Amino acid sequence: MTTTIPPQAPARTAFGGTGGPEIRRVTSARTRADVVVLLGAGAAGLSLAALLATRVIPAVNLGGFVVIAYVLFLVLYGVLVSLDQDGRAVRDRLATVTVHSIAVLALCALLFVVGFTFWRGREALGHLNFFTSDMRLAGPLDPLTVGGIVHAMVGTLIEITIALLITVPLGLGCAMYLNEAKGALPKFVRTVVEAMTALPSIVAGLFIYASVILTFGLTRSGLAAGLAIGVMILPIISRASDVVIRLVPGSLREASLAMGASQWRTALHVVLPTARSGLTTAVLLGTARGVGEVSPVLTTAGFASAVNLNPTAGPMPSLPLVTFVFASSPEHTMIARAFGAAVALLALVFVLFALARVLGGRPAGELSPRAMRNRARESQRDLARFNARQQAAAQMGAGHEG
Amino acid sequence: MAAAATEPPSPSGGSESARRVKSAAGGADQAFQLSLRAAGLAVLIIMGGIGLFLFFRASPALAVAGFKFLTTQAWEPDAHNFGVAALIPLTVLIAGVAVTFAVPLATGVALYISEYAPRRLRRGLINIVDLMAAVPGVVFGLWGLYFLNPHIIPLARWISSTFGWLPLLGVHDADTDNPFENLTIYESSTFAAGIVVSLVIMPTICSVMRESFAQAPVGEREGAYALGATRWGMIRSVVLPFGRGGMIGGTMLGLGRALGEAIAVYMVITQVFRFQPEILRSGTNSVGALLANRAGGSGPFAVSALFAAALALFGLTLVVNFGAAQIVARTRSGQTS
Repeated sequence: MTTTIPPQAPARTAFGGTGGPEIRRVTSARTRADVVVLLGAGAAGLSLAALLATRVIPAVNLGGFVVIAYVLFLVLYGVLVSLDQDGRAVRDRLATVTVHSIAVLALCALLFVVGFTFWRGREALGHLNFFTSDMRLAGPLDPLTVGGIVHAMVGTLIEITIALLITVPLGLGCAMYLNEAKGALPKFVRTVVEAMTALPSIVAGLFIYASVILTFGLTRSGLAAGLAIGVMILPIISRASDVVIRLVPGSLREASLAMGASQWRTALHVVLPTARSGLTTAVLLGTARGVGEVSPVLTTAGFASAVNLNPTAGPMPSLPLVTFVFASSPEHTMIARAFGAAVALLALVFVLFALARVLGGRPAGELSPRAMRNRARESQRDLARFNARQQAAAQMGAGHEG
Repeated sequence: MAAAATEPPSPSGGSESARRVKSAAGGADQAFQLSLRAAGLAVLIIMGGIGLFLFFRASPALAVAGFKFLTTQAWEPDAHNFGVAALIPLTVLIAGVAVTFAVPLATGVALYISEYAPRRLRRGLINIVDLMAAVPGVVFGLWGLYFLNPHIIPLARWISSTFGWLPLLGVHDADTDNPFENLTIYESSTFAAGIVVSLVIMPTICSVMRESFAQAPVGEREGAYALGATRWGMIRSVVLPFGRGGMIGGTMLGLGRALGEAIAVYMVITQVFRFQPEILRSGTNSVGALLANRAGGSGPFAVSALFAAALALFGLTLVVNFGAAQIVARTRSGQTS
């Protein structure tokens, strides 16, 4: 197998006796010939496709042209490589090219969806009133200089706050339970939580509709919507926290217990702080999932166009719901508003995600420089406290003797 | 060592039994354990309550429809004529198209990130994929409605006229010879909905796959290289076999999300209530889209019928998710306690 590493000129080393500093050898298997073959196949594919598209197949659009050019490029590249290398190398090169192009295609498709939203949202985002007023005075035919989505932004914040007030204690408690308790029940709870992480969010909304609204008589409101979002993200946050807490080294826990700390002190002062970074990520990513879903709030929030600050009474739409409702309007300005609201929603999700990466994302027990300094300061304080106590005890002892 | 510690130390000692290592928990600890157990049980009760409440609310409709709920292709609850016989197959068809597109794309991205990408790009790419997993479904729905639907027409028309003889791909009443052909017949189809949903689920599948690929042991990788494998040979003989569980589990996880996606599908499709297997043809449906459409609710019986549909969706996704969780858990050896 001589395909991947071509013979290289002997590197100048100290052993070679040429003196001078050692030169780092290039271990990459890529040679200039590979690059030339790749570019050549690309150029040939493009030209052949252009020839076909203009002379042989008459009406072919841009998409068809790209596909033809790509297929021709793959064939030509395979042929070119096979001229001086064996079948395994040909398969390797073709797989490399295919994986690269799939990755580029998929990432471009995803980024295109986001970019398309921003591009279509630019019309509405240019008007400041879009962020400062609600839709009370704006009908579907009004221009973009009237009305905005502040009611939806307020609604989103209130609803996600309610959802987090419920899910953070419950979710973290459940994750702690899964890790601290022994027996069959925690295993069963874990299985149920894992199966529920992909609970259809519309079912979560209908559950709150069936229970809170139809059975307990609450109206459609911010509270009901917050509960629905909570039900949707509870398994997501529980499961992610469970995974994070599981990674806390057992030695830390055992050390704490061996020092005589009780179980709850170990949990609150050793396990949770060690996993804090990962838990932050878990909660923030769960929040990002919950904040963007239309389905849970569709049946529970109700729709209105005025700001409503009271979560217990009156409808309270959120950003995704407003996006959804505006998008189903045939009016151009409403569609522009839908894209504007979608951009606001995306911005919120991006901020939550960035926060998750900045605050979290460290493995359990690894501290940021600032946390390290805080920890050192705490130790200093403890030391001072111990010293003071010892001195006091010594003085007391001296006093008794004297 | 471990065995020696548990055995009775000497035969002469007589009746020495194993010591109880359980320490008496203090009052604070008991309260702590109780509150943890309460949190765990609360989560269990909420999750179990979902099924119970849906069943409770669905029972009036199910009592009327009976077994016909599974065999009726219509949704007229007020005429007592409704069922999921068309909805479930169409939901599965959309999810099938989505998975068909999403799995190769996700595999490619996951392989690229774990095997090909330069080290300094890797962190950023992982972040991009994870970020895309958090992009709301409604954003993909907007894209599907205002970009994909108009732009899919030439592609769908070409596929149906070229591969129309294959099952699912034909559009039987298309009028391709007519220059004034009605092209909206190719819009709002199962195909369009499937593409949108595939973008929704692709990042999720991709991150599960990437994690399982990254776990392929270094020793085996180097072994494959040492035996003269090319990079693709190494991937085929080491990375893919080690990541198979993650690939299957990630695919099923994506399938579960695709079955449950309501808003993005609802925004893209034109709803029909009879099963039609031509995926390129306008008109399809899914349980989630039905729920999103009728969520406003009319009479109590119509709402009850909706809960019956929700229960069917719930059961379907639960089975898929449960299977996915089992498969993913089995491959995550060492981490399960």
